[in-house]
Amino acid sequence: MSRRKKRKVPLTRLFLEYRFFFLILVAFLFPLVDRNPYHVDVLVTAGVFMLLAAGLHVIVGYAGVLNLGYAALFAIGAYTFALLNLHWKISFWMGLGASAFTTALFGMLLVFPVLRLTGDYLAIVTLGAGEIVRIALNNMDSLTGGPNGLLGIEHPSLPFTHYSFGVDSAPYYYLILLLVLLVVFTLCRLESSRLGRAWVALREDELAASSMGINPAWVKLSAFGIGGFVAGLAGCFFAAKQGTISPDSFDFVVSVTVLAMVVLGGLGNIYGALLGAFILSLLPEFLRGFEIYRMLLFGLALILMMLFRPQGILGEARRN
Amino acid sequence: MLSALDIFLQQLVNGLTIGMIYALIALGYTLVYGIVQLINFAHGEIFMVGAYLGLLACLTLKGLFLGKGGAVLLMILVFCFAMSGTALLALLIERFAYRPLRDAPRLAPLITAIGVSFLLQNAVMLFFGPSDKSFPGLIPVTRVQLGVVSVTNLQILIAVVSVVLMTLLHFYVKNTKTGKAMRALADDRQAASLVGIHVNRVVAMAFLLGSALAGAGGVMFGMYYNTINFHDGYLAGLKAFTAAVLGGIGNIPGAMVGGILMGVLESLGAGYISSEWKNVFAFFILIVILLFRPSGILGERVVKKV
Amino acid sequence: MKSLAEFPVLKVENVTKNFGGVSALSRVSFSVHHGQILSLIGPNGAGKTTLFNCVTGLAHSDEGDLYFGDLLINRLLPHEITAKGIARTFQTIRLFKQMTVLENVMVGAHSRSRAGLWGALLKSRWVRLEERKLTLHAQRLLDFFGLAGKAHECAANLSYGHQRKLEIARALASAPKLLLLDEPAAGMNPKEKEELLVLLRTIRDRGITLLLIEHDMRVVMPISDRVVVLDGGKKIAEGTPKEIQNNPRVIEAYLGRRGPE
Repeated sequence: MSRRKKRKVPLTRLFLEYRFFFLILVAFLFPLVDRNPYHVDVLVTAGVFMLLAAGLHVIVGYAGVLNLGYAALFAIGAYTFALLNLHWKISFWMGLGASAFTTALFGMLLVFPVLRLTGDYLAIVTLGAGEIVRIALNNMDSLTGGPNGLLGIEHPSLPFTHYSFGVDSAPYYYLILLLVLLVVFTLCRLESSRLGRAWVALREDELAASSMGINPAWVKLSAFGIGGFVAGLAGCFFAAKQGTISPDSFDFVVSVTVLAMVVLGGLGNIYGALLGAFILSLLPEFLRGFEIYRMLLFGLALILMMLFRPQGILGEARRN
Repeated sequence: MLSALDIFLQQLVNGLTIGMIYALIALGYTLVYGIVQLINFAHGEIFMVGAYLGLLACLTLKGLFLGKGGAVLLMILVFCFAMSGTALLALLIERFAYRPLRDAPRLAPLITAIGVSFLLQNAVMLFFGPSDKSFPGLIPVTRVQLGVVSVTNLQILIAVVSVVLMTLLHFYVKNTKTGKAMRALADDRQAASLVGIHVNRVVAMAFLLGSALAGAGGVMFGMYYNTINFHDGYLAGLKAFTAAVLGGIGNIPGAMVGGILMGVLESLGAGYISSEWKNVFAFFILIVILLFRPSGILGERVVKKV
Repeated sequence: MKSLAEFPVLKVENVTKNFGGVSALSRVSFSVHHGQILSLIGPNGAGKTTLFNCVTGLAHSDEGDLYFGDLLINRLLPHEITAKGIARTFQTIRLFKQMTVLENVMVGAHSRSRAGLWGALLKSRWVRLEERKLTLHAQRLLDFFGLAGKAHECAANLSYGHQRKLEIARALASAPKLLLLDEPAAGMNPKEKEELLVLLRTIRDRGITLLLIEHDMRVVMPISDRVVVLDGGKKIAEGTPKEIQNNPRVIEAYLGRRGPE
């Protein structure tokens, strides 16, 4: 035990220790190396899903509530910014905050009346709420443009400059990267707190958690609030990038897709959610010929996942 | 000229008809939830598969039967085919997708159920195509005037078949050994297994019965509306689930009452409010019940474990 | 201000609870006084855990009243009851398996801390101080139970005996005035049971009132000040351990229906 450790650190170990730093560096450099705008665009979409997965993972993985209507919150975020921008010329940056808080509020309001229900019923209610929102968006033509949606949403522009993001993918890429990093950082911070512990306790055993003094209603409410907040961010970004939005982009399939991402990566593990989102966003690109089988495979994947690796790829291992 | 009452009664009759079908599907949800506390998300899809199996049977066997008596025989065969098909499918699903997860945390079987639902929906869509399929009429439709309302022989048929099936189920649960075992399991699973009840067998039976009923409902749905689509299961499933909760989940008579009530409410709503919001209607009802009386009209019958 | 001497810590008054036709509890009444250890015994299915559930808010009594000091606790929710000062363990261990030992205990103190959503986000000074205090409090409890060395291990990896101890530690983290233990000696070997007796006495000496459900008479007899016997949901006897041992009705209730020793 008295041998002195060699000073030379092998490269692989270095990589593992600072893996996050390296990943972020790679992500940062990517558009500069790969100039293909389509590739960058795909990654931007992946980024949006990563945000959504992070938000949903708080609700599902922490509060343990199966939310089957997350797309509705995504929609509310998008439409909030769209309406603010079209009617009152609210800029993207203000819109981010407005969308996020509005969606957080909606998330909490939607779930508030049914908090005392057990998980199964709550899941069905979220499904119902999701559908109601979508149908409402489809039918309230005067407000939401009905099935055609809203058009002419302004792209973001850098403050104090005249530079508008336009349709070039690169600036969106960096923006979404920034958003994802911010959200992940914040969520990790939340995890190692009294609230974070309450979340995990509630997910594991609601009965025991309530016997510890944890108010399940409040904890679930806060989870929906956070989940809604993140969905609002994603929605606002989505609306600003697309320029047009319609109810079709926010249907049940989207809800289940995001759910599949969270489940695939590992419930209760934020990096799992990100990984799941990344994989499932990119997979269609590699399975070009299998477009029509996509939903079938999704279903199959969910079943197999639950049977053979319910803890997801990364498992529920709590990060350090 | 039809009076307001006449229109109301007519809508009532229409509602009762579709309500019977919802009741059949709702029974499947309630049977399963009462015993294993699982919302079988895929149950609506089972109903849909029943309709498609009925279609398949119709198309295959249609040419073989001629004459009046032949139509009845054909119908019986179609029902049998569809019902056994859905029962078998349900058994497979229960055995391979749900049973392994019986003691897993709540989230897992729910997610699996969604996966099964997607799988079935898309499998049918890929196999039969995404567009509506027309369901052949098995019997010529005639109208009968009962007082102020007009009823078709098809509606009478649906009502009769539904009532017969529900009565058989009721009899089964009340009087047979397995039926009693189901009720025992619903009350207290631990105690029941200690008394020597084969939990697996009873659960499988519950799935079998519920799905057979749903299959019958699917065939009748096809006969009534004459078109079926792979998406029908999702909608009907949600409405039937609402019906089950409305009547009290786990409560068998409740599912019947709930189903009929849902059908009537939907029919009246579509008639008097708007048919566009028809589907939202079911969700509204669901949320309202869960808010104000989650145990349903007749009271739920689910074991509360502590 | 409630004066402890005036009111019993826990007063169960004619509590009745039915589960769909089955009478789980039928007009059960007894009181537990400050600093006492009262044991609840009876054959399986006698209603003991149901009574615990009524006290801790996991079930609501159909009739009758429950008093914690001078406070009526019938309709309170479980987390409210814990905040008031009643803590419990469970018959089947309900630890948070994926959390570490330390985290389990810290969760137990949830009702004694205040940091909420904003606190977690901003991590202001008082929040960080509170976290530190919580951690120390939890570590001290772990020391007391001899689990300090395993503080950062996953709760699922502990031995059965350690898990039982952890559950009690977690319950104590909320600084309760009344502690309910549901079969704390279940599955323990004789040496562990001896340790448990010492532990229970120490807890009592710290001023915490104890209510136990227990099947093992070797644990119940030495430690209890009073014993209440339930059978079929009814109270059939109450008294000192000596009185209960010689009570013919109690003996009859246990004959042929011996619970696990």
